[in-house]
Amino acid sequence: MATQHSRSAARLMMAPAVILLLGWMLVPLVMTLYFSFMDYRPLRGVAECCVGFKNYERFITSSSFMDSVLVTLIMVGGILAITVIGGILLALLLDQPMWGQGIVRILVIAPFFVMPTVSALVWKNMFMDPVNGVLAHVWRFFGAVPHDWLSQSSLFSIILIVSWQWLPFATLILLTAIQSLDSEQLEASEMDGAKFLSRFWYIILPHLSRAITVVILIQTIFLLSIFAEIFVTTQGSFGTRTLTYLIYQRVLESQNVGLGSAGGILAVILANIIAIFLMRIVGKNLDT
Amino acid sequence: MNQTFRALMGATALTALSTAAQAETITIATVNNGQMIQMQRLAEDFTAKHPDIELEWVTLEENVLRQRVTQDIATKGGQFDVMTIGTYEVPIWGAQDWLTPLDNMGADYDVDDILPAMRGGLSVDGTLYAAPFYGESSMVMYRTDLMEAAGMEMPEAPSWEFIRDAAAAMTDRDAEQYGICLRGKAGWGENMAFLSAMANSFGARWFDEDWQAQFDTEEWNTTLSFYMDLMTNYGPPGASTNGFNENLSLFQQGKCGMWIDATVAASFVTNPDDSTVADQVGFALAPDNGLGPRGNWLWAWSLAVPAGSDATDAAKTFIAWATSKEYLALVAEKEGWANVPPGTRTSLYENPEYLEAAPFAQMTLQSINAADPTQPTVDPVPYTGVQFVAIPEFAGIGTQVGQEFSAALAGQQSVDEALEKAQDLTTDEMEAAGY
Repeated sequence: MATQHSRSAARLMMAPAVILLLGWMLVPLVMTLYFSFMDYRPLRGVAECCVGFKNYERFITSSSFMDSVLVTLIMVGGILAITVIGGILLALLLDQPMWGQGIVRILVIAPFFVMPTVSALVWKNMFMDPVNGVLAHVWRFFGAVPHDWLSQSSLFSIILIVSWQWLPFATLILLTAIQSLDSEQLEASEMDGAKFLSRFWYIILPHLSRAITVVILIQTIFLLSIFAEIFVTTQGSFGTRTLTYLIYQRVLESQNVGLGSAGGILAVILANIIAIFLMRIVGKNLDT
Repeated sequence: MNQTFRALMGATALTALSTAAQAETITIATVNNGQMIQMQRLAEDFTAKHPDIELEWVTLEENVLRQRVTQDIATKGGQFDVMTIGTYEVPIWGAQDWLTPLDNMGADYDVDDILPAMRGGLSVDGTLYAAPFYGESSMVMYRTDLMEAAGMEMPEAPSWEFIRDAAAAMTDRDAEQYGICLRGKAGWGENMAFLSAMANSFGARWFDEDWQAQFDTEEWNTTLSFYMDLMTNYGPPGASTNGFNENLSLFQQGKCGMWIDATVAASFVTNPDDSTVADQVGFALAPDNGLGPRGNWLWAWSLAVPAGSDATDAAKTFIAWATSKEYLALVAEKEGWANVPPGTRTSLYENPEYLEAAPFAQMTLQSINAADPTQPTVDPVPYTGVQFVAIPEFAGIGTQVGQEFSAALAGQQSVDEALEKAQDLTTDEMEAAGY
């Protein structure tokens, strides 16, 4: 139990770090907020202050806005589903004693070390290319017409690429959770005649729930801002324009800083709504 | 040490000091293309001739460079004294008085030697605002062996009809042999560069003289329908994600019968180290429809001085050196004629040594001269630019329109739907921009 004295000393010592971090966050945020109320188009030489909510109105009423929010949610949801389910399966597999376990584990973790732009380029040119790609050769080997991944199933392709990158993360967290499970419980249930599915459903999965929420929370935070993979593969076409990408287009391609900043603030608000929602679930999970 | 010697030493030191005090530093922002790196290597020649000017280089990748210099000039940052910019930026920035006019470039600079098309694209109301370092247009590159096998002969200036017939004759899908490869990847500098240039030759235009979007016209419908027909029947699969690099690789592997793209690609497809078809490539002018304009574009990486620079004279001296005839001769002397920056000066194309070293030189020159950025279309337009519209909003609009066309190529919507969406979004953006 901290005394009144030590508590205020701690506060004093923490103050510089807290102030620095706050400044780090607040300065860009306040500037974005300020720009979002300006008609700021540097290439036109226009920088007029205080146009009210005009930028917000234009951003929300543009036909691309709702589409981009929807695409973002589908993308994040899809990647979460694949990585969590795939992560559980892989973690269960990797938990089994096997020959060459160390090497297998390293191989599974490897995608996490690859930079997003590099992995997107490799997937685009080596795997998904409909003429030279490995998948196209496999398709042709079986006598089928190669599938044009990035334009016919563009959203799914990007979900696949990003999932490949994040699967190791989910697998690692879930594997450590499985390994922390008391093996006596499993042995006891096995002796009582419980099948593997029942053991998984009633013992392993509840034990994993906390790890799963952590995976979902951390991944959601990162996945809401997917950019590089889209930039490299489809450049936002074929219905893959997420909210982040739309903001990029408004600020850097259209050079409309005001409009893009309004989009940025909206994205922060949306991300916070999702974060609060998730924190509540995590909070609930961590209490029990 | 006698008195005289001491006095001499003192005088030398003083001179050295005063030189150091006078030396001016100019910061040059360049793109990391081979020819720009070459310029940095050869800059010793400049510093030897102008010991009072020191050079500082900022070399960046194309997209990053564009963002950095745009930011710098729009916010009047004053970070750079010489900027490398393209033909898209010059008319916009020049009209805003953000660039220093490049007059009085020295007695032996020979402005009249710069190719007229380049001068037109880099001038505003007759005043030159940037000097071209190297330039390019687009042309047809084709496989001579396949053309012969098809029993056809490529004219020097083909029509679109001929291109379609040749593409049909050369296509053999089972052998992964595609008659024609064209850009399909969305972007103002990707598929829209090609499609805008193609549209010019079909009599279409981006805007009429009142800045009204023109995608609802018959001409655009014909352009896009023709393009779609070519690509879906005779193009490679997945063309909607192919840009310059993807098509280059397909052509080098021998999978394309024809490819219409930048003249700079000519040296890549004829290089036996990279290309499997190096000795079977022919060149022709970009196609036309008999309406006047051909379907080729015009681009130049150029050097300009931002208006806020505090070393304008030194910067202009440097630009005069880097874009002069003497510089071309210097490159030729050190690295051979084939490596000279192309597409900027008439005299280069009159030089027999260069013409021998670069077999595609004549076609490059003809293509460049066939483009007129001040009057790119059949009907009059209020803008400058062949494959772009030189207004700040264009990069954004061009890319979004490109996405609609790319989606049409991928079979996700019809030509009519794509054009309707393009018309709507262009109208919206132009209204928002106050046109």
